[in-house]
Amino acid sequence: MIPQLVFYVFATVLLVSATMVITARNPVHSVLFLILAFFNAAGLFLVAGAEFLAMLLVIVYVGAVAVLFLFVVMMLDIDFTQMREGFQRHAPIGACVGGILFVELIMALGNWKMAPDTGIAPLSGAPGLTNTAALGTLIYTHYVLLFQSCGLVLLVAMIGAIVLTLRQTNTGRRQDISKQHARTREDTLVLVDLPLGENVLGNGGFLRPHTSYYENAVPGSYGSGGQAEADKRETGA
Amino acid sequence: MTPAIAPIGLGPYLIVSAALLVLGVFGIFLNRKNVIIILMSMELILLSANLNFVAFSSAHADLSGQIMVLFVLTIAAAEAAIGLAIVTVYFRNRGSIQVEDVTMMKG
Amino acid sequence: MQTDLHLFATAILLPLAGAVVAGLGGRLLGDAMAKIITIGCMGVAALCGVGALYGGWSAGFAPQTVPLADWVNAGGFHATWTLRFDTLSVTMTAMVLCVSLLVHCYSLGYMSHETMPTYRFFSYLSLFTFAMLMLVSSNDLIQLFFGWEGVGLASYLLIGYWYDRPSATAAAIKAFVVNRVADLFFLVGIGLVYVLFHTVQYDQIFATVPQVLGASYSLFGTTFNMMEVICFLLFVGAMGKSAQLFLHTWLPDAMEGPTPVSALIHAATMVTAGVFLMARMSPLLEFAPGTRMFVIFIGATTCFFAATVGMVQPDIKRTIAYSTCSQLGYMFAAVGVGAYQASVFHLTTHAFFKALLFLGAGSVIHAVHDEQNMFRMGGLWKKLPLTYAVMWIGSLALAGVFPFAGYWSKDAILNALWASGSSMSHYAWTLGTITAFITAFYSWRLLFLVFHGAPADEHVRDAAHESPAVMTVPLVLLAIGAVVAGVALAPYYIGAKQDLFWNGAIFNAPGNSIMETFEHVPALIGLLPSIAGLAGIALAYVFYVASPALPASMARSFGPVYRFLLNKWYFDELYTVIFVRPYAAIARVLWKEGDEGAVEGLPRDLVRATVTGASEAVKLQTGSIAIYAFTMLAGLVVLLTVALCG
Repeated sequence: MIPQLVFYVFATVLLVSATMVITARNPVHSVLFLILAFFNAAGLFLVAGAEFLAMLLVIVYVGAVAVLFLFVVMMLDIDFTQMREGFQRHAPIGACVGGILFVELIMALGNWKMAPDTGIAPLSGAPGLTNTAALGTLIYTHYVLLFQSCGLVLLVAMIGAIVLTLRQTNTGRRQDISKQHARTREDTLVLVDLPLGENVLGNGGFLRPHTSYYENAVPGSYGSGGQAEADKRETGA
Repeated sequence: MTPAIAPIGLGPYLIVSAALLVLGVFGIFLNRKNVIIILMSMELILLSANLNFVAFSSAHADLSGQIMVLFVLTIAAAEAAIGLAIVTVYFRNRGSIQVEDVTMMKG
Repeated sequence: MQTDLHLFATAILLPLAGAVVAGLGGRLLGDAMAKIITIGCMGVAALCGVGALYGGWSAGFAPQTVPLADWVNAGGFHATWTLRFDTLSVTMTAMVLCVSLLVHCYSLGYMSHETMPTYRFFSYLSLFTFAMLMLVSSNDLIQLFFGWEGVGLASYLLIGYWYDRPSATAAAIKAFVVNRVADLFFLVGIGLVYVLFHTVQYDQIFATVPQVLGASYSLFGTTFNMMEVICFLLFVGAMGKSAQLFLHTWLPDAMEGPTPVSALIHAATMVTAGVFLMARMSPLLEFAPGTRMFVIFIGATTCFFAATVGMVQPDIKRTIAYSTCSQLGYMFAAVGVGAYQASVFHLTTHAFFKALLFLGAGSVIHAVHDEQNMFRMGGLWKKLPLTYAVMWIGSLALAGVFPFAGYWSKDAILNALWASGSSMSHYAWTLGTITAFITAFYSWRLLFLVFHGAPADEHVRDAAHESPAVMTVPLVLLAIGAVVAGVALAPYYIGAKQDLFWNGAIFNAPGNSIMETFEHVPALIGLLPSIAGLAGIALAYVFYVASPALPASMARSFGPVYRFLLNKWYFDELYTVIFVRPYAAIARVLWKEGDEGAVEGLPRDLVRATVTGASEAVKLQTGSIAIYAFTMLAGLVVLLTVALCG
């Protein structure tokens, strides 16, 4: 009795929050309902005995993806009321397509029978292992290649996201290594004769050639225009 | 070993999953202008698929389904990251994220 | 023996060499050099040809072959370039080469007034000769067809030599097209020969004849005797080349070409090809009696028809052209009764005197500055004594007066027609004898109009001059041939030594004894052609010398008949109505509707449709991701529906 109760509670909340995700006027609310939906889905996973995936869902989805959504929604300065236009207009079509889809799925469920015996041995972990341990065993043995591919997919996605959002500005300053290697002491240091006992700061501090700082920058990056540009930037600012 | 979902049965899971899927599809139609909601709807659709996987995996006592969920999660995360990056870039360039404005690929 | 074969091969290939060198290199070598080369090649070839003839004759004409190269070797079909050395091919080769050499020499003088370089002309002449030699020396039907088409091509080039004259180009096209019509039949005939005999090589065909005599051929539910069909088709091909009735229309028009070309076409090459083909195919023809009846009919009718038309033509060359047509009719009639030897004999003698007549006519035309209308000539005999003399000789030979060449061959043919005894051959004999009378009449009409009587234009007459030696020497040589060819060759071609001479090159079926019996005809029958010829001369004298007003009044009183003859029995008009106009209409429809409408229009419309379709299809691509997503989901629903319900 308890599992059914738990299941129906989670399922109800899941569906309600999913409905709210797509109907909420404020996208921030949508994201928050999405988080709620994920939590409840994790609960359903737990009921089904997939505790590792439930934790994964909470951590990955709620902790990363949903928060990413939240972050983006809040970061972008968007007039969301304008986005609601056409909401009424498209609802009937959406309801129609969704309704057909739902009816068909229910029809499929109603007339569906489990195949008696597929003859395929179920892939389960050794008895006595917890769900997490069993999954780990399988991932690192049977599915290791796919697992590695998933890692690659994530890597590519990460690089892609960075490349997409990286703003190429010349505010950064990068080294020109070969130039740094080739420079001599004279390029960098100026020896000043100083009377004994005199204060260094009083004589201008530690000096270096006036332009040496800018000449070492990679062309195109900040400061590579040389001293003239740097001066101009200073005076202009 | 009795499956964990034995007291509930497979049916309710599948119905919940189907409802979730329909909600996701419906969401895409409802929020045709807001690409972020569309992305969220897609997350819902993927979640419904995951729910199906888990339910069947549990019913068959076969861990393959759960591993598939793992992969789907990976893809979903990647997709969300890329999608949101595109949204960000698009917003930066156009000052808007209205999907209906995105007609640069028009023939 | 080996020497003969080498000489033979050289004789046949040298004209090609001359044609190629002069034709392709004429511009580089210069006109004079090109002429020297072609005439040199032709001269050496003629010497070789005569040498081969002499060698072959002294060796008894054992049939041999000279393989040159492989040609087609596909599956069961095998064709080679092979020269056949037997009586028929060697005599024809020698005759063609001699006439061609004389025509080449003559052309030097005749074409001397041309403003354009004439190396092209000489190259074509050599090519023409080569094609004819390939034809006569072929060892299989494919090579014969090669020569056949080569002759057609060269005749087209030569008739249309003066390509700046529209009438010449039209005549060239007409000759080509009419010949193509006949060639189609010929080609089908060759195809059927291959179907029946599984080979195109003469010896193998002739050896297989007895086995396939009963073979029949079914078409549209009617069964034909295969041999008859093949012979009929081959004969239709020969009709086209040899300008027999219904396919003769190109020959008079071919007079648009330079006169030496006419001489070459009429004497040695081209028109004799049909007769040659019949003689070559004698082993087949002997077993196709139905077709031979048809051959007699066409030959005799052509003979008569052409003579009647020739009687009233004002153009000197056309008169002679119709006389050729008529003489070819004799030859075919002889083929029809199985007297192939007589036919080839007439072909040979005819080559001499017809070349003589044409070259003589050319000499006249040359003398009066390209005037061809006989009624505007007259009284030229004092100015052109030599031409006058040789024209007399040629006309005597043509009319068949003893002892000139034509007498022997024409007499033999008419006797054979009489001796054959069937009603069709008697029909041919009757027409042939009438034609002998008409032939003499129009020959002397030509002589009297051109050389006697009052000149139509005194200035023309006074300006006329005898041709240079380069033209007169061939005339004299041909005149000698026209005098002696008959009496000298008769014993070999048709006389006592014929079996030894032919040595199997021409086949007479066991029951065909026409070559023995034709001598034994009543004396009166034998003399009748000569009498008719003399009567024709007399009539011509009465009409054109004694009372020159008579022809005009005759023409007036028999107006319809005169116009019927003058318009060549209205064949051209008939063909215009039956063939040319519908064909032109069909061609126009095909051009406008088929070519411009479909062939050009289809890609054009296709392009247009693609462009419009693409610009319409582009509108589908709105670029709106929402619509894409919507479409995708709708597709998903449809797919699911199909999967569930289907």
